[in-house]
Amino acid sequence: MSLTLGKPRGRAAHSAPPVRWRGRRVQGWLYAMPTAVIVAVLFIAPLILVVWMSLNKWPLLGQATFNAPGNYAKIPSNPLFYDAVLFTLKYTAITTVLLSAVALGLALLVQERRPGVGFFRTAFFLPGAVGFAAAALLFYGMLNNDFGPIDPMLRAIGVIDEPIKWIGTPNMALFSTIALVLWRFAGFNMLILLTGLQAIPTEVYEAARSDGANRWQVFTKITLPLLRPTLALMLILSVTGSLLAFDQFFIFTNGGPDNSTTTMVMVVYRDAFFRFDLGGAAALSVVLLVALVGLNTLMMRRLR
Amino acid sequence: MRNERPAEGVRSGERPMTRYYPTVGALAVLFLFPLVWSGWSSLEEPDNYLRMARFGEGVGTYATNSVLVSGMTVAGTLLVSALGGYAFARFDFPGKNVLFLATLAILMVPYATILIPLYVLLGYIGLQNSLVGLSLVFVMFQLPFALFMMRNAFEAIPRELEEAALVDGCGTFRAFSRILLHAVRPALVTVGLFAFLASWNDFFAPLILLNDGASFTLPVAVVSMTQGTFGAIDYGMLQAGVMVMAIPCLILFVILQRHYVRGFMSGALRG
Repeated sequence: MSLTLGKPRGRAAHSAPPVRWRGRRVQGWLYAMPTAVIVAVLFIAPLILVVWMSLNKWPLLGQATFNAPGNYAKIPSNPLFYDAVLFTLKYTAITTVLLSAVALGLALLVQERRPGVGFFRTAFFLPGAVGFAAAALLFYGMLNNDFGPIDPMLRAIGVIDEPIKWIGTPNMALFSTIALVLWRFAGFNMLILLTGLQAIPTEVYEAARSDGANRWQVFTKITLPLLRPTLALMLILSVTGSLLAFDQFFIFTNGGPDNSTTTMVMVVYRDAFFRFDLGGAAALSVVLLVALVGLNTLMMRRLR
Repeated sequence: MRNERPAEGVRSGERPMTRYYPTVGALAVLFLFPLVWSGWSSLEEPDNYLRMARFGEGVGTYATNSVLVSGMTVAGTLLVSALGGYAFARFDFPGKNVLFLATLAILMVPYATILIPLYVLLGYIGLQNSLVGLSLVFVMFQLPFALFMMRNAFEAIPRELEEAALVDGCGTFRAFSRILLHAVRPALVTVGLFAFLASWNDFFAPLILLNDGASFTLPVAVVSMTQGTFGAIDYGMLQAGVMVMAIPCLILFVILQRHYVRGFMSGALRG
């Protein structure tokens, strides 16, 4: 036991706090007050309200009346619900796999310092600085058969003879949307992966190399395992973002043709503002919220 | 983007330069092509911008709304997160941990699921269809990232700097506003940049929270161009709209790239 030896450790080691450090509990609260107000009014209150709304018949205009569990009970009979869930899951799976692969490829290409590598990183990331709605509108024009450059280019090199319906059929709409998402988000995810790649000490690579490991072995035995936490973060962000997809399909197809590209968030939006049923939209929101928080927690536990 | 890593070729093995540059070069063309095409096609007819200026309430109205919303969001986020970051870095007060966790929980809750109740709630406090209400919602969504960044920035300042000011007779607020705020300036730039990009570009929140054409922000207004007049969509005007939205972001990003990348490095995205 060395309790009595030398100077006491802890705060006294910095010399005793001056007199003015007193009364800091109140001051601390004052500085934190704006944060507390914003969080309470604009986050906690809506969380409580969404649950309360989901227990009421809540028209866009007019009086709310308690009808629990009516809004939840009618979810299965919502004609859009199952198709939207299936479509959103399909979209999420394809997007996440492709986006991870492309982002990892880009990150590996630009992880080392070489002449011009800064330019290439910026070029890959630049679409990420453009807003997602703006990016979707850009593609909307680019994929148009008459106005856009894609069809004429493909025709010129003889790949196609007829105009392609880039967003006119369900599968093509999905394909075009994924191209948009890859263009807009690959650089963003590349940047996340780069932070992870750069955290791997160079010595580890040098050691592996001097032990005679080839490039593939280095990648699978060193890069991937050490990158795991960063990859997990990217996967979580990508899955969550894709499950909440709205802008891209609203702009490209507005959920069509025949509701084949309607996502879950789009169903919430339509219930609220086209069927004027805020209670039903709130119930769907609660289901989505619980599912996503659960999924996120699960992924964090599993992947990290 | 800069990179501090000197070791060339160590990480992935020597790649022949003759294959490397054509590959990344082709990819760079692929990534830059849409932006170049959009800019070029918006300028193909000078009329595109004139028609856009007269679209709906006039693009000037929408741009003003966007500037107001982004300005209020950036100012609000900086104010709240600087004060809050200081509180969390330097003070002990009851409920500190609960408040911090509650703020970070914003990241866990999907954005789209609380906009419907926010729409109703803003109605209760007279801020439905209001640019102020929309900005406050953006401040809330920015808060977990911003507070985390600012707390870390204040924690990184040596306590002695603050103590010296306090001993000299400054109150904590004077120490905060005169000395500490100056020391965390880079973090403020990062927080402000993220707040600007998010509020300038967001489509879903203004779509739900604003319902009067005169209060639309640029993304909502430009998306409404795809509804067309008499079925005909004015694609040239649409790309002009895309450029008006994209150019401020591209310029800011290129100038402030280092601050943007620091946001990533901070780990604040991890929640």
